Amino acid sequence: MSKVMVVTSGKGGVGKTTSSASLGAALAQMGQSVVLVDFDVGLRNLDLVMGAERRVVFDLVNVVQGDAKLPQALIRDKRVETLYLLPASQTRDKDALTEEGVGRVIAELRERFDWIVCDSPAGIEKGALLAMRFADLAVVVTNPEVSSVRDSDRIIGMLDSKTMRAETGDRLEKHLLLTRYDAARAARGEMMKVEDILEILAVPLLGIVSESPDVLSASNVGSPVTLHNPTSAAARAYTDAARRLLGETIEINTPAERRGFMSRLFGRKAAVA
Amino acid sequence: MAAWFSAFDQQMHGAAGFFVDRPIVADLGATLEQGGPDAVFIVLEGLEARALRLIGVEGVDPALLAGTRWERLPKALHGRMQTLETWADLHAAPDSEQPPAVVSAPNAPSLLIDRPVRSGQSIVFEDGDVTIIGAVASGAEVIAGGSIHVYGALRGRAIAGLRTGDAARIFCRKLEAELVGVDRLYRTAEHWGEALHGRAVQVMSDRGALRLTAFD
Repeated sequence: MSKVMVVTSGKGGVGKTTSSASLGAALAQMGQSVVLVDFDVGLRNLDLVMGAERRVVFDLVNVVQGDAKLPQALIRDKRVETLYLLPASQTRDKDALTEEGVGRVIAELRERFDWIVCDSPAGIEKGALLAMRFADLAVVVTNPEVSSVRDSDRIIGMLDSKTMRAETGDRLEKHLLLTRYDAARAARGEMMKVEDILEILAVPLLGIVSESPDVLSASNVGSPVTLHNPTSAAARAYTDAARRLLGETIEINTPAERRGFMSRLFGRKAAVA
Repeated sequence: MAAWFSAFDQQMHGAAGFFVDRPIVADLGATLEQGGPDAVFIVLEGLEARALRLIGVEGVDPALLAGTRWERLPKALHGRMQTLETWADLHAAPDSEQPPAVVSAPNAPSLLIDRPVRSGQSIVFEDGDVTIIGAVASGAEVIAGGSIHVYGALRGRAIAGLRTGDAARIFCRKLEAELVGVDRLYRTAEHWGEALHGRAVQVMSDRGALRLTAFD
C-alpha cells in the first residue's frame, strides 16, 4: 500500500526540505521504498540537501510534460538502496506543472514505491496546491512562532478543502512537525509553548526537532541528518517521527536544555485530534 | 461630488460622533454609474480623509480595486441603506423612542460548522445564526445575518447581525479575537484589553454601544 505524503508549511524557511529529506531517508533506512519528489520548480533545493545535484539529468517537469520517462528522471541514492529522488526543474516555473500531468506521475510512482514524499514549495499558490493535491497524508512543518503557526493554519485549511481526498469526502491524515525548536529560548519564555501551538492548530503532533548545528552541517554536506549523524538529537527526532508514521507508538519528549533538571517534567504524549 | 461632500460635511458637523467607531460599508454602485471609476476613488479618498472607518464596499467590481489600498476591503458585506436624506430625517428626530423590534423568526435558518475555521477562510452566512464547534483562527472571519456562537477560541473576526441588527450577539468560549462587530458597531482587540482576554465572553449591542461581558 503506497502512501503519498506532502510536507508543507505555507511559510518559507521553516524546514520543509530538510524534513522531507530526513523523514524520507529515515523511512528508507527502515526498509521502506521511498521517493522524494521536489515540487519547488524554479527554486529546487532537495537535490542539494540529498547531495544529488551533480546527477540531475531529467526532472519532474520533463516527466510531467512527457519529455522523459519516469525511470530516466529518478535518481537512486548512493547510501540507501531504497531511496530515490525525483528532482524539480530549476529553469522552469510552477506553471510548467499541470494537474493532469502530476496526477499521472504520482499514479506511476504509486506502483513502485511505499512512500511518495512530496516536498512542497512555500506559499499557497499553484506549486503548493499541486504538491498537496494527491496526498493521502500531510506533514505540516511549523516553527514555534506566531507567523509560522498562522501560515500553517492557513495551509491546514487548504488541505481540508483543496486536496483530492477532501473533495471526494475522504479523510486526509494530518500531522504536525515542530522544527527549529530552541529549548533554551523556550525555557526563557521567548517562544510559543508546544501546548499552545497544538491548541491553535488542533492537529496531532508527529515530533519536535530542535534547532541544531547538526541539521545545518548535514544539509551543507548534502546528506539528510539521519544518514550523516544518526546519533544526533535531530536524527533521533526524525527517526522517531518516521516510526510514528509507520504506526508505532513512541512518546514525544519536548527537547530540554542540557543539564536542565526540568527535562524530565516535560515528557509529553502526542495530542489526539 | 463636491456638493455631496459639502452636504455630507454639514451633516457630520451637526451630528459629531455619529460615525465614531461605526464600521461603514460604502455602496459605490451609483457613484460608478454616474461618475465612472475615477469618482469611486474620489469618494473612497474623501471618506478616508474624514477619518471614517470603511470596512467594506459594495456595488463595484472587485477588479476595479485590485492593486489599490482598498483592495482588501470585503466586497461581500452589505450595509444598511443610508442615503444623506434618510440620515437627515433620522437625525431630525433623535429623541423619538423607537419600539424595540421584536425579532421573531420561526424556522430561522442556521449554519453549523463542525470543525475549526482556519486562517484565511471566510464564513459568510447572511440568512441566520452561525455556530462553530472549534476555533476561529487568527486571520479567519465569520459574518452572520444573526448571532455567532463559537464553541472554542475566537481569534479572528466575527461580525454578527447583518440581518437581525442589534438583536444579534456573539458568544465565544475564549476571546482572543482581532475584531468583533454587531450591527454596524465594532471593536478591535486593543479596545477591550487584557481583562477579557482568554475568557468566555458575549458581545452585544447595548443602546448604541458595543458591550463585551465575561460569563465567568
